[in-house]
Amino acid sequence: MTDTGTPGADAGPRVTFTGLDHHALAARTRRWGWLQYAGYRQVAETPFLATWLAVAFGNPVLYLAAMGLGLGAIVQGDVDGVSYLTFVAPGLLAATVATTGAQFGTWPIFGGFKWQKNYLAGYSTPLEPGQMALGETTAIGVRLVLQAVIFWLMAALFGAWPSASALLAIPAVTLAGLAMFTPLMAYSATVENEGLQFNFIQRLVVMPMFLFAGTFFPLSVMPAYLQWVGWISPMWHGTQLARMASYGMANPPWLTAVHVLYPLALILAGQWWAGRTFAKRLVG
Amino acid sequence: MSEAGGSVTAVSVIEARELTKTYGDFTAVDAISFDVAPGESFGLLGPNGAGKSTTMRMIGGTSLRTAGTLSVLGLDPERHGPEVRASLGVVPQADALDEELRARDNLYVYGRYFGLPRAYLKAKVPELLEFAQLTDKSDAKVTALSGGMKRRLTIARGLINEPRILLLDEPTTGLDPQARHILWDRLFRLKEQGVTLVLTTHFMDEAEQLCDRLVVVDHGRIVAEGSPRGLIQEHTTREVVEVRFGSARNAEMQAELAALVADGQRSRAGLEVLPDRILLYTDDGEAMLEEINRRALNPLTQLVRRTSLEDVFLRLTGRSLID
Ligand SMILES: Nc1ncnc2c1ncn2[C@@H]1O[C@H](COP(=O)(O)OP(=O)(O)O)[C@@H](O)[C@H]1O
Ligand SMILES: [Mg+2]
Repeated sequence: MTDTGTPGADAGPRVTFTGLDHHALAARTRRWGWLQYAGYRQVAETPFLATWLAVAFGNPVLYLAAMGLGLGAIVQGDVDGVSYLTFVAPGLLAATVATTGAQFGTWPIFGGFKWQKNYLAGYSTPLEPGQMALGETTAIGVRLVLQAVIFWLMAALFGAWPSASALLAIPAVTLAGLAMFTPLMAYSATVENEGLQFNFIQRLVVMPMFLFAGTFFPLSVMPAYLQWVGWISPMWHGTQLARMASYGMANPPWLTAVHVLYPLALILAGQWWAGRTFAKRLVG
Repeated sequence: MSEAGGSVTAVSVIEARELTKTYGDFTAVDAISFDVAPGESFGLLGPNGAGKSTTMRMIGGTSLRTAGTLSVLGLDPERHGPEVRASLGVVPQADALDEELRARDNLYVYGRYFGLPRAYLKAKVPELLEFAQLTDKSDAKVTALSGGMKRRLTIARGLINEPRILLLDEPTTGLDPQARHILWDRLFRLKEQGVTLVLTTHFMDEAEQLCDRLVVVDHGRIVAEGSPRGLIQEHTTREVVEVRFGSARNAEMQAELAALVADGQRSRAGLEVLPDRILLYTDDGEAMLEEINRRALNPLTQLVRRTSLEDVFLRLTGRSLID
């Protein structure tokens, strides 16, 4: 067992056994397994890094140019007491990051079970299913923060942020992105066959959440009977928080609490559910 | 526990008692008991659907047993899954490689799953690629590898944590003969190094090549246990005569041939009628052939060969290992 490569009768490549402490590995993994898993997502996404960066830098330029400058030019006067660009930038930031969160929650998770087999492989190691789900959230969280930072910087070039406190929009929209991510991740772990499910989710869940997120106009101008769509949309809550951070949008404290607690609750509930769906899928 | 040189000090690394797994009212693994000694190469030989993979998953704690007890390195894998899997190398029946990643990245991320330090992996990954004869494929995506290369990569991956037990679920199924021999050579080296191997297979030649000891499983039950040689001695005669009469005459010759084997032979002698041929178990194949020819039974083809594990399975179940 501890043969360290003494050549046998026919010398050839051998495997060295250095006497790893397996129990120490297990103990560390019980604690840090989620972080150990998160490295997979980083490695797996590396080939797409250039594309991702192009989108991360390009999107804000296109959106801000089209909406902030284009649409802004025909919007008469101020919206919510600020220029249209200042009004729309937090909304676009939230929508972009939350949509990315939703995307990561569908195909990559489903594909991980079906094609890349990373969860199956991971479950041959000391990792537990719930740790892999938490690792995904960790890795995606990092991605969303990076994307938010890039968007924020590009928007700054447009002069979209009236104050430095607008930096707080970054954690706010990351919260919204993760609130889209974890419930979708949990659901995607239950999908056996690639189907129309994800198209439906994109069109009937993510899209309405975007349209009613108050991105281009305040949700309050909508008829009251449609406003509920915005209320269930993490994007709207993220947008509102980002606006408060950016230009100090007036908001009652209880509602601010809802904007923080609702996405947080979604993240936690989604994470808990994902732990269950991952285990259900992997444990035989 | 047999075979481990009769040593009483060797504590089993795996101990299964009445291990059972049911799916609904279907029993996939039916109260099997076995022991694996350290350094031993232990096999589960059985046809498709015998319950081999299910047993392997229960050993890793990734499938929950329905009844019985199981101890792997002294621990219950269901309660101590991470501890057990930290010490195991798992080569599943389906490779579960990430085809879009490079060969070495597959090893690297897998090593990270164990929490192995980057410095350790930096040395270990090239060593294992070398062992698997994949050094020149290090930077290739897995999609570009042949079936045999993927299998070797999966074995290399299973060794990343210097496992105390390597579990191999059908290591060479689907590979061509040359790829199988390369793989056997690698596994043989591991065995020489004292790595405990637990492998499943439905190839009797693989079991004969690699296993010190094995259990023959069928329908979730152990039908025989022993060393390959011991099993052959115990359950079959020394030789077997294979005769073909063509599909039309095959069945009608049965009675006449049965009389032949019953003639003054020991109980292990006998015959098996397969759709395309009849097997006659006897200790003296040449004499049997002469007798067949003396009686002018006129088989289309005839041959005498040594008995193998395939014959053990046939004698025990009346069926062929590979259908
Ligand atoms: N998840 C499952 N649900 C229901 N039946 C299963 C499941 N997994 C395996 N089986 C059944 O259990 C039996 C044993 O399967 P398996 O352990 O894969 O056999 P082997 O590896 O020997 O071919 C087979 O009949 C198989 O169909
Ligand atoms: Mg199997």
